[in-house]
Amino acid sequence: MDAATIALVVVPLLLLQLGLMLFALYDLFQEDRRVRGDKIIWALVIAFANVIGPLIYFFVGRDDSRGVETGGVSAAPSASIAGILATWPTLSESTDAAVATTGLTKRYGGIVALDHLTLTVPSGSIFGFLGPNGAGKTTTLRLLTGLATATAGTGTVAGVRIGGTGGELARNIGYLDQDPRFYGWMRGRELLNLVGELHGLHGAALRQRVGEVLEIVGMTEAAHRRIGGYSGGMRQRLGIGQALINQPRVLFLDEPVSSLDPEGRRDVLEIISRLRGTATVFMSTHILNDVERVCDRVAILNLGHLVVEGPIDELLDRYAQPIYELEPEPQQPGSIERLAGVLRGQAWAREVRTMPDTVRVFVNDPSVAGPAILPLVISSGVNLVRYERARPSLEDVFLRLVAESGPPIAPPVEIPVTGLDGRGHR
Amino acid sequence: MMGFRVLLIKELREQIRTNRLVAVAAVFVLFGIIGPLTDRYMKVLFDAIGSESVGMTFQVPPPSLAGASAQILKNLSQFGIICALLLAMGSVAWEKERGTAGMIMTKPASRAAFLAAKLVAISINLGVAVILGCGVAYVYVVLLYPEAFPIGGYVAMCVLLWWTLVIFAAITMLGSTVTRSAIAAAGIGLVTLLVVGIVGALPVIGPYMPSSLPASDLVLGKDPGWFLGPLLFNIALVPALFGVTWLAFRHQEL
Repeated sequence: MDAATIALVVVPLLLLQLGLMLFALYDLFQEDRRVRGDKIIWALVIAFANVIGPLIYFFVGRDDSRGVETGGVSAAPSASIAGILATWPTLSESTDAAVATTGLTKRYGGIVALDHLTLTVPSGSIFGFLGPNGAGKTTTLRLLTGLATATAGTGTVAGVRIGGTGGELARNIGYLDQDPRFYGWMRGRELLNLVGELHGLHGAALRQRVGEVLEIVGMTEAAHRRIGGYSGGMRQRLGIGQALINQPRVLFLDEPVSSLDPEGRRDVLEIISRLRGTATVFMSTHILNDVERVCDRVAILNLGHLVVEGPIDELLDRYAQPIYELEPEPQQPGSIERLAGVLRGQAWAREVRTMPDTVRVFVNDPSVAGPAILPLVISSGVNLVRYERARPSLEDVFLRLVAESGPPIAPPVEIPVTGLDGRGHR
Repeated sequence: MMGFRVLLIKELREQIRTNRLVAVAAVFVLFGIIGPLTDRYMKVLFDAIGSESVGMTFQVPPPSLAGASAQILKNLSQFGIICALLLAMGSVAWEKERGTAGMIMTKPASRAAFLAAKLVAISINLGVAVILGCGVAYVYVVLLYPEAFPIGGYVAMCVLLWWTLVIFAAITMLGSTVTRSAIAAAGIGLVTLLVVGIVGALPVIGPYMPSSLPASDLVLGKDPGWFLGPLLFNIALVPALFGVTWLAFRHQEL
């Protein structure tokens, strides 16, 4: 072989192989590149499994996500969010239910994840869907969004019959998964563009909507970055953004604040709160303080059964037991146990809970318990620094109803819809 | 198919941004070069080594267009099928695992469009790679041999090669949809490859296998005989596989 032939034969081959290998190695050893497994192992695969090594690396080893970049999140001023949402369509006066289910049931083999759920969510409400882990909250959301198919029962969302994905249902809803994951190679703005285009937005209208949504979720600065580098909180914000892009009539949020820091939680709750009048929000969560802050109605689910449903105030009035809190003076060893022991023996004391420095007494009849507590405290020889009748919280109601419901037998309690402004979409 | 155009653009962008297009194209170009080179210089190489020195006699045929086309087809189809399996194995399974399929399916996009966009994007990726790989192979044949393949036959061979790869991608995508596991999907693709190889040797149904399509005759300008039936069968195979994939995916919970 002459020199020209050797050059023709060998040089392009070597250059190609070397180029492919170096390209793969360069990609692998970028500081923020994540791979499945160990980088050193992949380097060996790339270097020694000739040609196929880089190929396998690009298809199997490479993870689209990158090391987490922080920053780029800034909460939009409330006035700015309010200004944007003021330009969005509002829900018009209507008595139509945003979500209505009848006997909705989901079984996985022998396991009943959701058992005959009959529920009506008034249009315009911010609806908290509560329940302990495994209660069936996510199953319900998946049924309502069409991602799962009911074993029995029916339902409508925004007047559209559920069952199956795409189509009319998808045009009317927004959905945020509890662990939102997106395409790591995309940038935040690109994802919103993709979702917007699927909803039929184009050109200036798309650009405007994406800009508005980024502003609402406080992601304008981070929008040009790859999603693979987003923190959990940033993904959650972007997830809310993609769910809002079509100005949905019903917004389904599965644990929307679970992975957020306190500041992010506050911002997201602010956004949810401001959506009142623009969309019906159906959010599942077990952070009861958040529910009390933003929701006007709740449903409590346990073991797949609806335990109770209604406006928060009415639930508190109906189910919250009167509570007395007693805080002994410090430096009294055993005072908590002594107090609890005395109170537990009383017929009017439904439950006595001890905290590190407080005793909480749930009573059946405050007119009997009120006058009786202090004499009992005096007779026990414990000095108090505080004694008060506390306001029962949603958490108290939740814990009581979930504990009582166990495997429920009784039908769910219906609370009449009062004091709500039923609204449909304009 | 609702949302097909938008999803296809997304899939194509993904092929580019994740370097899959570049990686597959590089492999095809590499083996497109190696094919004619192997045939042209194999004999020279063995003569240079000297077969007597190792006590063995090698019978290496002299370089020819037939030998070059066999090498090109063998190299590109073998590594092409590996690329097709790698491209399709995680196409649906990984999206379901990551939850992105669920996210897309709550938008106005049909499941058929979701699947079709993937299959078309993979086919385009393989098509680009086949054009580059076959193109560079043709250039090397022109440079190394006194005559070249008839252009029409060569193009027909490239098209058949591409369609064979698309068939394997469609089989693997079906596996990716049914099994929910990328590894299992690749396994289904490999088993199919094995089965196609075995069945291809059988009478009557053998000629209908993708591997039995007369690409090597077409490239040399020979009369391949009657192959309309097998050709139509293989053309129909991809829509049929897509239909089965859609049926499997249609009611799947995400």
